[in-house]
Amino acid sequence: MGERFVSRGFFGRRRQPEQAGRIPPGQYLVDDWPVLSAGPTPRIRLDQWRFTIEGLVRQPVSWSWDEFLKLPSKTYLVDISCVTKWTKLDMKWQGVSVDTLFQAVSLDPRAAFVTAYSYGDYTTNLPIPDLLNDQAFIAYQQDEKPLTPEHGGPARLVVPHLYFWKSAKWIQGFRLEERERLGFWENLGYHRRGDPWKEERYSGD
Amino acid sequence: MADALRWQLGTVTEIHQETPRAKTFTIALPDWTAHHAGQHYDIRLTAPDGYQTQRSYSIASEPEQQGSIELTVERIDDGEVSPYLHDVVQLKDEIELRGPIGGYFIWDVALGGPLLLVGGGSGVVPLMAMIRHRVAARSSIQTRLLYSVRSPDDVLYATELQMLQDHGEGVDVTYTYTRQAPAGWTGFHRRIDRAMLKEITSQLEAGLRPYVCGPTLLVEAAANNLQELGIPAGRIRTERFGPSGT
Amino acid sequence: MDEQDGDLNRALMLDGNAAGGILYDVFTADMTGAPTECASCGRSGEVGSLLAFVQAPGLVLRCPACESTMVRIVRAGDVTYLDARGAVYLRIAR
Repeated sequence: MGERFVSRGFFGRRRQPEQAGRIPPGQYLVDDWPVLSAGPTPRIRLDQWRFTIEGLVRQPVSWSWDEFLKLPSKTYLVDISCVTKWTKLDMKWQGVSVDTLFQAVSLDPRAAFVTAYSYGDYTTNLPIPDLLNDQAFIAYQQDEKPLTPEHGGPARLVVPHLYFWKSAKWIQGFRLEERERLGFWENLGYHRRGDPWKEERYSGD
Repeated sequence: MADALRWQLGTVTEIHQETPRAKTFTIALPDWTAHHAGQHYDIRLTAPDGYQTQRSYSIASEPEQQGSIELTVERIDDGEVSPYLHDVVQLKDEIELRGPIGGYFIWDVALGGPLLLVGGGSGVVPLMAMIRHRVAARSSIQTRLLYSVRSPDDVLYATELQMLQDHGEGVDVTYTYTRQAPAGWTGFHRRIDRAMLKEITSQLEAGLRPYVCGPTLLVEAAANNLQELGIPAGRIRTERFGPSGT
Repeated sequence: MDEQDGDLNRALMLDGNAAGGILYDVFTADMTGAPTECASCGRSGEVGSLLAFVQAPGLVLRCPACESTMVRIVRAGDVTYLDARGAVYLRIAR
């Protein structure tokens, strides 16, 4: 087909970004919250759930669900952008800052990257600075309700300033690494960092 | 067969309201090829700014219908493609699509039977293509459709299925209503379960070929139960219909 | 949706049939009827019978028996990435 075909009367389920400054390039606004998963929802019993920080740390540390809920938590109001091009504004979360979690371990000076790993086989890689200074948290509530399993409950990582695939659902732990080990999507062509404002979608972008 | 699957522009020649939530679109294809019952087409929508999205829709018509296909589409209220097809598309509109696609969930009279078709909701669409193919090919293969629907209003192809029943063509239809049954209904009024499948399969000859299509939970439950009733797993064909995939 | 007792992610899960178009793009052949074997648990079956996650940033096909990842495909602009480490083999008929 020479000239590109356009479907008569089709505009997609998109809203024009009226708050242009808040929508990263190439994104469109949504009101709903799409469910995107690379695998089935793992069945995690809360009495068996643990979150662990291991790898290049002096002593690994691990929290049970009850212990995790006793950690100081905060309310976050953040905008979320998914690499599949939707952006959702003002999402309200309750969770524990990664800063708080890192206070419980002493990092080996060689540690430069984190592999966030989930129940199931999902992993994603992040440079440590992207997780510090309250830029990232482990959320267990969204909109004042427990995080639902299809959205990553009981708990997920949230890193709002990067594309949402970095916000690993069903989070199980952090492994501190000296070298960056590319995660589930990063090792198949997605960008190693994924900054939506720079449109870092694919490796080479 | 080594060609890429090409997109082509079909023309909508007929739109039929099947139920309050489902419409059948007849689409004439310039590059028509005979499909196998059970296959699907991909539909691609393109916005003026280049944004594209695509979905797969099962073919409802039989391969004996030449030059066009019928796609039955359930309207998913928060979907992107099915509301467009339902609310915007008119006769003579062009639709970009490619197919037929699929070599797993397919049936041809040459494969034989008896045929056990288990459908949930709009999962009955590819099963209807199998029934229509069987009728068009004048086959006498024993055929049974177990059709799970929410309510009588949701039954697709009700008149045609009733006619097949009445004419003693060897196509039997059993309904089970999961929410609301018709007044005076004495048949099944629950989700598909092992007892139901046992009752149905006991009425069929040996060497059964089951095709199961519907929401993932129905498909898993039916496939597991059929296996436990002694049907080899490799013979059970399944297709999951997602709420957004259709 | 009629089925309320599973989570939405499970309801959205499709099977290899739904991936037929994407697989055709990559292999220029119908793959849904092609046999394959899970490298993790050894289950044999057609590609059409695998679990498919099509809503994700890429396509993921998993073994219906052990749920291990068998095939992943990402279309990144003009290039396509394929990972089939989780499948012992894929048979391409053309």
